[in-house]
Amino acid sequence: MNWMALVLVGVIAFAVSGPVGMLGRRGGNGWQWVSAVVAVGGGLCGLVGAFAVLLGSLSESLSFPAAAPAMTLDLRVGPLSAFFLIPIFAIGALSSIYGLGYWRQSRHPRTGRKLRFWYGLLIAGMAMLTLCENSIDFLVAWEMMALSTFFLIIIEDQKLAARQAAWVYLVATHLGTLLLVALFAILRVITGSFLFHPLPPGQVGMGLQTTIFLLATAGFGLKAGIVPLHFWLPEAHANAPSHVSATLSGVTLKMGIFGMLRVLTLLSARPPAWGFFLLTLGVVSAFMGVLWAIGQHDVKKMLAYHSVENIGIILMGLGLALLGEAEHQPIWIVLGMAGCLLHVWNHGLFKSLLFLSAGSVIHCTGTRDIDRLGGLAKSMKITAALFMLGSLAICGLPPLNGFISELFIYLGLFHTIARLPILSLAAAVLAMVGALAAACFTKAYGVAFLGTARNNVRRAHESGPTLWIPMCVLAAACVLIGVAPSLVLAPLMHATAAWSGQTLPALGSLVPFRTLSMLGVGLIAATGVGFLVQRYALRQARTGATWACGYIAPSKRMQYTASSLAQMLLTALGPLLHQRRREPRISGVLVGPSHFHTVVSDPVLKDAVEPIWRRLRSMLARGQGFQKGSIQNYIFYMLLILLALLAFTLPLAMLWKLLF
Amino acid sequence: MTTFIGISLQAVLLTLLPPLLLGIINKTKAGFVGRRGPPVLQVYYDLLRLVKKNVVISSTTTWVFLAAPLVSVASVVLAGLMVPLGPTAAPIHFKGDLIMFAYLLALGRFFTTLAALDTGSSFEGMGAARELTFACFSEPALFLALLVLVKLSGALSLSAMLLPASHVRIGSTASAALVLIAVSLFVVLLAETSRIPVDDPNTHLELTMIHEVMVLDNSGPLLGAQIYASSVKLLILAAFLLHVVLPLKPALVGRDWGLMLVGLVAVAGIIGAVESLMARLQMRFVPTLLVAACLFSGFGFLLIL
Repeated sequence: MNWMALVLVGVIAFAVSGPVGMLGRRGGNGWQWVSAVVAVGGGLCGLVGAFAVLLGSLSESLSFPAAAPAMTLDLRVGPLSAFFLIPIFAIGALSSIYGLGYWRQSRHPRTGRKLRFWYGLLIAGMAMLTLCENSIDFLVAWEMMALSTFFLIIIEDQKLAARQAAWVYLVATHLGTLLLVALFAILRVITGSFLFHPLPPGQVGMGLQTTIFLLATAGFGLKAGIVPLHFWLPEAHANAPSHVSATLSGVTLKMGIFGMLRVLTLLSARPPAWGFFLLTLGVVSAFMGVLWAIGQHDVKKMLAYHSVENIGIILMGLGLALLGEAEHQPIWIVLGMAGCLLHVWNHGLFKSLLFLSAGSVIHCTGTRDIDRLGGLAKSMKITAALFMLGSLAICGLPPLNGFISELFIYLGLFHTIARLPILSLAAAVLAMVGALAAACFTKAYGVAFLGTARNNVRRAHESGPTLWIPMCVLAAACVLIGVAPSLVLAPLMHATAAWSGQTLPALGSLVPFRTLSMLGVGLIAATGVGFLVQRYALRQARTGATWACGYIAPSKRMQYTASSLAQMLLTALGPLLHQRRREPRISGVLVGPSHFHTVVSDPVLKDAVEPIWRRLRSMLARGQGFQKGSIQNYIFYMLLILLALLAFTLPLAMLWKLLF
Repeated sequence: MTTFIGISLQAVLLTLLPPLLLGIINKTKAGFVGRRGPPVLQVYYDLLRLVKKNVVISSTTTWVFLAAPLVSVASVVLAGLMVPLGPTAAPIHFKGDLIMFAYLLALGRFFTTLAALDTGSSFEGMGAARELTFACFSEPALFLALLVLVKLSGALSLSAMLLPASHVRIGSTASAALVLIAVSLFVVLLAETSRIPVDDPNTHLELTMIHEVMVLDNSGPLLGAQIYASSVKLLILAAFLLHVVLPLKPALVGRDWGLMLVGLVAVAGIIGAVESLMARLQMRFVPTLLVAACLFSGFGFLLIL
């Protein structure tokens, strides 16, 4: 069976799902269904192919020698690429279903078809990216992904915030591409081919390899959102439509991680410093990401900062695995890499779930501001339960999937204690990150879904089945991996072995999968039985108003807000944050109405990127005189440049002829 | 056979002993101010009375409010089954149970704080905010202490690492590290179980409380479950601390069970004494106290590098 063909059918289906949807009328809903069916069908094909390759630990190649002028298409699907293909196809298909209700063609006649077009290209681009065996193809797929992301962020181009976010994103992504071009140029010079050939051991100097490693870390890190290269991420993910944000956070960021893994398989050196570097970057990203998240009151921006945190956790696993290779510690490699890879899947699942349920809230209430919501758990029961599940998973609480991948990384870090105890300190930071994440999601869930409705919110209602069915699928996957982690044992081992290329101890001997399953099921069963008993016992319970210390008319405005909930934590961690506070000032005997508000802004964007950007713009403004805006001028410039090039190359060519 | 007895003894102790510790704390506190105080078994009577009582549920709340006491009890009992209460291994032990242990406590906390926000009362929100803030500082202190124990024992299971922790030679560097983490663990215990100087379980002013204010709207069996859960937490953290401090020898099972029980009573007495002799800290100084605990664990870690 040619599984590669199935994967390619999936890629092509996604690429054409957009144009198919364009056949319909602007205001009609019929063709959006056709488009979604094509996408879901392609997703299923791709998933079957990817799972077959991953579970069988297969490797299939395919080459089109003359795919385009001066370009061959070299494709290969192996366990590592199949591992990354699975979330691409799964979340791509689920988000396409979600888009049917969330971005209905009849409600968005202007943007609906455009959105599906770029969305299909984004998924197809990412899937191609994992298959490419040739750096030119890789860069083409990379740009396909990067540019369609740009068009998806700017889809609501009437909004200033979306335009600004998309602009910052475009600059950041091209900066990354520039670094990647440099990276692949160096590889081309060394290996003499555009194909991805592993560097022969012992022939390429450490300095050159480290340059390649740093270029990869910066270029792919810009895509993955590693601190301090995350500055474009929160705004971009917050301003895209929610199912697009789910894909961007859940899948697209991981393409940066995939790129790093791919380039690392090409390099032959493994100095310990690389592992230390990545582990440190991971710790900083995880810690700062969650810290910035706590200060956000926009639910999508908060989720986006949590992506920075989770990329940090993934990077901690990767750093540990690299150190394991440097120090010849197979246990570190297995636990680090398994944690890294499983967290790639897990974060894809629970972050998409959270973004989709946040989207469901936005769809029904029209606001992203947590402080304006409240009491939604009563009117949106399904969304609330699913957001809760996603929160438990992202905080790494048992018995859900986030706990399993964090457990791998914790265990790996604890194993370092015998040899390099300083590394194990990262476990203490990870513990604090976990507690901070729990605080953040208590804030988000507690303020938005619990209590009573605050002000200015449309009457909320539950979203339709096209919204909650994809969410339920994601939630089921989170629970399944949490209570039956042995299901992911084989995929993880195959992908880890494909990455490291050496024989490694079995993951099953390092982690007690059966005990974890039993405890997870036991915890769920105990709570479930307890709940039934409780329902019976409390059948005569009375209801009354919340106790407010004898005050008999508590109002919705007396509730704790997200700002006040986070205030104590932000004050305690104040020195690490760039926080602006608007506090009530008390003057006179009778105190008037007052207001308390905190804004945590991103220091990288506000204090580093923006000033540099402004200076650059004022420098470049001097050249503005050339920009007349008339086409004749530009054609004239072209002519001048061609002449200049001729003038430059002709003498060189003559010199060449004279000499040889 | 001995393991079976050990396991059943642990299960019985874990379920029945916790309220007694609260009773001992209250008795000690009464003694310090010259009162007779309630009987040592008073907390059992209280729990029985609460179970029989009817419940008033705030009309603002959802299922989260009802689930929180259940999840608290389930998670803390499950976590308790991983901590050896005596000289024999805990009923549940596996590689990595120390992480499960910490995260189960976090699960209980997650639901308790959410239930507090579920009532829509600003007092309970205030309590939740404090609980969450302090947890962020006590968690690294606990993990640093765990790192020291992992390093000393070379094991990744609470049973395996706590039992050898008790036969470190007195006067060695390792014993100094154990003293440092014992201080840290005691502070974590006070913070996690909401005792003075972090929180005052006896105050009746909602503005100044943490744990008590979070469960302000719970009544009847729901309140009973929360009280019971926090007493179990006290027991397991106290047992954890005792394993770090007491010189147990696996050969003398009978003597060691006695030593552990005496130790648990002593920890309760010390907590009572601390509560009687100290005032509650100002809320803004609590993070400083917990950071100090982290530093104690951190220096312990440095010692054994």
